[in-house]
Amino acid sequence: MLIILARRLAQAMLVLLLVALISFAIFRFVGSPVENILGQDATVTDRNELIARMGLDDPIPVQYARFVWKALNFDFGISYRTAEPVADLIASRLPATLELAFISALMALSAGILLGIFTAIKRGGFIAGFVMTTSLIGVSLPTFLIGVLLIWLFSVELGWLPSFGRGDTVRLGFWETGLLTVSGLKSLILPAITLGLYQMTLIMRLVRSEMLEVLRQDFIKFARARGLPERMVHFRHALRNTLVPVTTVAGLQLGSIVAFAIITETVFQWPGVGLMFINAVYFVDIPVMSAYLLLVGTLFVLINLIVDLLYLAIDPRIRDRNLRGGGG
Amino acid sequence: MTHSPHTAPPTRLQRVLASDFVFDFTRAPLAILAAAVVAFLFLVAILAPAVAPTNPFDPASLNLMNGFTPPMTDNMFTGERFVMGTDDQGRDLLSAIIYGLRVSLFVGVMSVLLAMGIGVSLGLVAGYVGGWLDNLIMRIADIQLTFPSILIAMLIFGVLRGIIPPDLRDEMAIFVLIAAIGLSEWVPFARTVRATTLVEKEKEYVQAARLIGLRRGQIMWRHILPNVIGPVLVIATITLALAIIAEATLSFLGVGAPPTEPSLGTLIRIGQDYLFSGEWWILTFPAVTLLALALSVNLLGDWLKDTLNPRLR
Repeated sequence: MLIILARRLAQAMLVLLLVALISFAIFRFVGSPVENILGQDATVTDRNELIARMGLDDPIPVQYARFVWKALNFDFGISYRTAEPVADLIASRLPATLELAFISALMALSAGILLGIFTAIKRGGFIAGFVMTTSLIGVSLPTFLIGVLLIWLFSVELGWLPSFGRGDTVRLGFWETGLLTVSGLKSLILPAITLGLYQMTLIMRLVRSEMLEVLRQDFIKFARARGLPERMVHFRHALRNTLVPVTTVAGLQLGSIVAFAIITETVFQWPGVGLMFINAVYFVDIPVMSAYLLLVGTLFVLINLIVDLLYLAIDPRIRDRNLRGGGG
Repeated sequence: MTHSPHTAPPTRLQRVLASDFVFDFTRAPLAILAAAVVAFLFLVAILAPAVAPTNPFDPASLNLMNGFTPPMTDNMFTGERFVMGTDDQGRDLLSAIIYGLRVSLFVGVMSVLLAMGIGVSLGLVAGYVGGWLDNLIMRIADIQLTFPSILIAMLIFGVLRGIIPPDLRDEMAIFVLIAAIGLSEWVPFARTVRATTLVEKEKEYVQAARLIGLRRGQIMWRHILPNVIGPVLVIATITLALAIIAEATLSFLGVGAPPTEPSLGTLIRIGQDYLFSGEWWILTFPAVTLLALALSVNLLGDWLKDTLNPRLR
């Protein structure tokens, strides 16, 4: 068990270092840091002084090591556009993205699992069929069109919900939250649905097909033969056995939620890191791009790691196989 | 196979028409509809200069007085009529959509070709040569696969923009877009080709080719490649749908096609600004066109996948 854990951790570290290498390469070699900071008409002495101060004349491996060390201390350089430290920029915008991602993941997961079970149990029913057909449309619609569609319906036509921004926020220490005010919650609804809809349909379809698969198996027939109530059969026996693939997909989808948050945040002008990243791409603000890559990369590696470890926790079969075969 | 001896041997066209593939196609109404829509949109895009009522990029054809004309109504100043109305600058929306479709399809097709070229080559090499090269290529593929391709496309777009000198950025935007989307979608091609190559290279015809002394490159490209191309076409179709949506998304976010060469995504971005003031058509028509295109290509891809997959037959 420990050996599996150690091997998995070492793998994750390697990928992280690689991500750091790419983001270092972007930081160092895309455009010229010196010209971006001093402008094009700086004197040669100014330039040389800055080069020496930033250590740009050191060997590349030394610069890379320094980059990693600084990143570990949350120093990502200074934004070319706003001249603020990138770390401060990210810190001020991260809560907005995390709240949005968390709420929509929660929504996608709960609604997805419930609808999945429902459509599996009531297979062939009218409502289940309707839900399945609707979900097909949900999968084909690009995220940004869903957002625009929701704005049109609920903001322009009905006027119920705000179409942009976070509403009023409350400051709790360093964390600025929109979850405690009415306008903050109202502003969250449309972006959360936009972001979660695709993931919800995915999870729903997965749960449905896994449930159908499991319900066909012998131990379900046996459970029914023992006279267990249907509720027990569905939730204790069937659902539990669908959870391994669902955990994988849900976990990996958490990563895409962060990525697709870029789109949702732009549609709704949600002041999160995604909007910051798009602006950085537009204005070629290299330090921000590089830091964002590092942030998202770390997040993805962590998610992958957790999903893998969750496997071991959920399914004793995988744990035992690893113990016997993996030499642990 | 069932031809009696006195009929003439079938021509190539007859053989194609008698194949299972065509048989299946004529019995799948949804696939026919999807293919028709795709063919129609491609045709319109290719013939854009001939089909479009005006050239939307020719400043001489624009009349600001025509701005915001609703569809199928006379403009109150000039009395001109436009099937789909006009945008803020008096540009005929139908023409803008036709030209936008051209940009969207061009970027979509070119980036799929790029992804296919990279993916198939790397997959063949990884599968046939094996060893550390295989390990390296597939590790990179694994790592890239953990990140959503739209995110990778955005990153590549940003990096390439940083490398290109600022005054060339708008001019090169389309090619940067193609490179970004193409480089973000090569992994499925490489994985499939590698898997099939691993199976094919053990077969007798490859051993025979090796025995008569053909070079590695020749065996890979002339003998193995034709046998792995089926699944590649399926992936290409599905990737085309993904690429079209990725292009639209990037352009919608403002980091894709430049305003001087708007694609469908750019048009939707422009249209979104007028949603609140009631000019619904500027948004609706490009959006519907994009949906029709993406949905049809998707349906076609799904059908191809089911038809060409021997396990499902």
